[in-house]
Amino acid sequence: MKPTKNRHPDRLAGLKTWARINSPWVLHFNSGSCNGCDIEILATLTPRYDLERFGIKLQGSPRHADVLLCTGAVTRQARSRLLRIYSQMHEPKFVVAIGSCALSGGVFQGCYNVLGGIEKVIPVDAYVPGCPPRPEAIIDGVVKLLSSLKAPQGGDGTAAHASEMVEKLVVEHEHR
Amino acid sequence: MEKVQTSRSFTVPIGPQHPALKEPEHFLITVDGEIVTKAVVRLGYAHRGVEKATESRNWVQNIYILERICGICSHIHATAYCLGVEKLAGVEVPPRAQAIRVLVAEMERIHSHLLWLGVAAHEAGFDTLFMYSWRDRETIMDLLESLSGNRVNYSVNLLGGVKFDVDDELARLIYDGIDFLEKRTQHYLDVVTSDAMFLQRTRGIGTMTRSQADVLGTVGPTARASNVYRDIRVEAPYGAYGDFPVKIVLDERGDLEARFVVRIKELFESYRVIREILDNLPAGELSTRMPRRIQEGETVSRVEAPRGELFYFIKSNGTDTPERIKVRTPTICNMMSVVKLAVGHQLADVPMIVVGIDPCFSCNDRMTVVDRGQGQRQGWTWEALRRYGIRHYQRLAR
Repeated sequence: MKPTKNRHPDRLAGLKTWARINSPWVLHFNSGSCNGCDIEILATLTPRYDLERFGIKLQGSPRHADVLLCTGAVTRQARSRLLRIYSQMHEPKFVVAIGSCALSGGVFQGCYNVLGGIEKVIPVDAYVPGCPPRPEAIIDGVVKLLSSLKAPQGGDGTAAHASEMVEKLVVEHEHR
Repeated sequence: MEKVQTSRSFTVPIGPQHPALKEPEHFLITVDGEIVTKAVVRLGYAHRGVEKATESRNWVQNIYILERICGICSHIHATAYCLGVEKLAGVEVPPRAQAIRVLVAEMERIHSHLLWLGVAAHEAGFDTLFMYSWRDRETIMDLLESLSGNRVNYSVNLLGGVKFDVDDELARLIYDGIDFLEKRTQHYLDVVTSDAMFLQRTRGIGTMTRSQADVLGTVGPTARASNVYRDIRVEAPYGAYGDFPVKIVLDERGDLEARFVVRIKELFESYRVIREILDNLPAGELSTRMPRRIQEGETVSRVEAPRGELFYFIKSNGTDTPERIKVRTPTICNMMSVVKLAVGHQLADVPMIVVGIDPCFSCNDRMTVVDRGQGQRQGWTWEALRRYGIRHYQRLAR
């Protein structure tokens, strides 16, 4: 089959970004965390915080995910799993490190089985500090990441509009 | 997902990792058709080396690292450690501090049991119950936050006492929260004992007899659901449990339904104890002086975590750091029962049997690693297994 010529590369990129910002699918991976951050991630899905109103969906397979939410100081056993999951995700992919341990190793710094921080293994795009971060902080981290994903061309109405929408939702949430 | 089948029975590796704290696990389940013939569990994916780390930190720093063994039962870990160290140092903790420790421990039990109820319902495909119980759980999270300032790792304990006091205003908030939760809990008890679809997944599944529960060394609500009289709060009261006794909750049936009923009834017991503590909170100091170095010796500290007996062995050599700390968490005791009980059941029941012991990997299905081995191995993710279980029972219902 002859490849179709892309007549509007800018438009297409804008559309992609628009779709990505409005409905990012996130994957959660625990690379040796104490569960504190994990229950807070789970709490963001439940009625009080309701992450899904931002179009964010938590689901199981790395092959369908846009954003990887990563918790915990990386243990030696978890390292290869983390790399594998990261390589299974499709481009473009983003990583959010959640919690003090994921940022630097936290209290587990210096433990013999801990590498200390997600960024030692894979590149990280957003950091959410806290032990554990509150659900609001996790939502804020993910939304800030999404807001920064404006179309590379800039000035594309669709994508800019989308990130404005996200910001508006955040403001609404804060005023609640 | 393609299926590889070379002989009549094949092995299903599940996991290998469930995001967890101390015990993320990998299950290797051999099935003959639908029936599980063998189950093997592999632990240790989230092993961080906490016990070794305690030897290079001083007694005070260790509270914070031990509290982070588990994010769900963080308070009880710190309590077990503090009780042990105080015993070693021969320090008497003020009664008000002991009462507040128990108060927070019971609040933590409420949050943990409600969390489990939601996760277990989710595994059964009953997401409505999951959402409701987590919504109500936010009540207790708010109370814990107003008490300590943090939602998860409260850091209430100090060596020799507690950091936070309960004043009248906070007590009123707790009374109100407990009243609300008690009504909701009654509703949940009705739901798990009367919903026909849900009972199909729980009644008569994973039945463990009393002698089995004894032999397998199960602890906590899992044991009590099989009528084993085992609760550290009752057998060896610690902290303020001597003044505020807890009634043990037992069930004779030993199946999954019994485990739901026992945990929910324990919630009522927690509400009662919390009210009693708030009514009769002893006056006095919150903490007492602790020496920086703990005198030489060794001790054992046992407490009842939400999941069962939590055991600490603490050895001091007279310096400001411990010589050895050994922790045994309840999930490791209960894990063997999963391996035993799964045999003879359908593959569709495995998620519920695993969740039935309240393993401390309460966020279990939040990630996926598809592990494709060679030959007759077939990789299943936790999510796929959960869906399989739900579909299986939907087919049966038709």
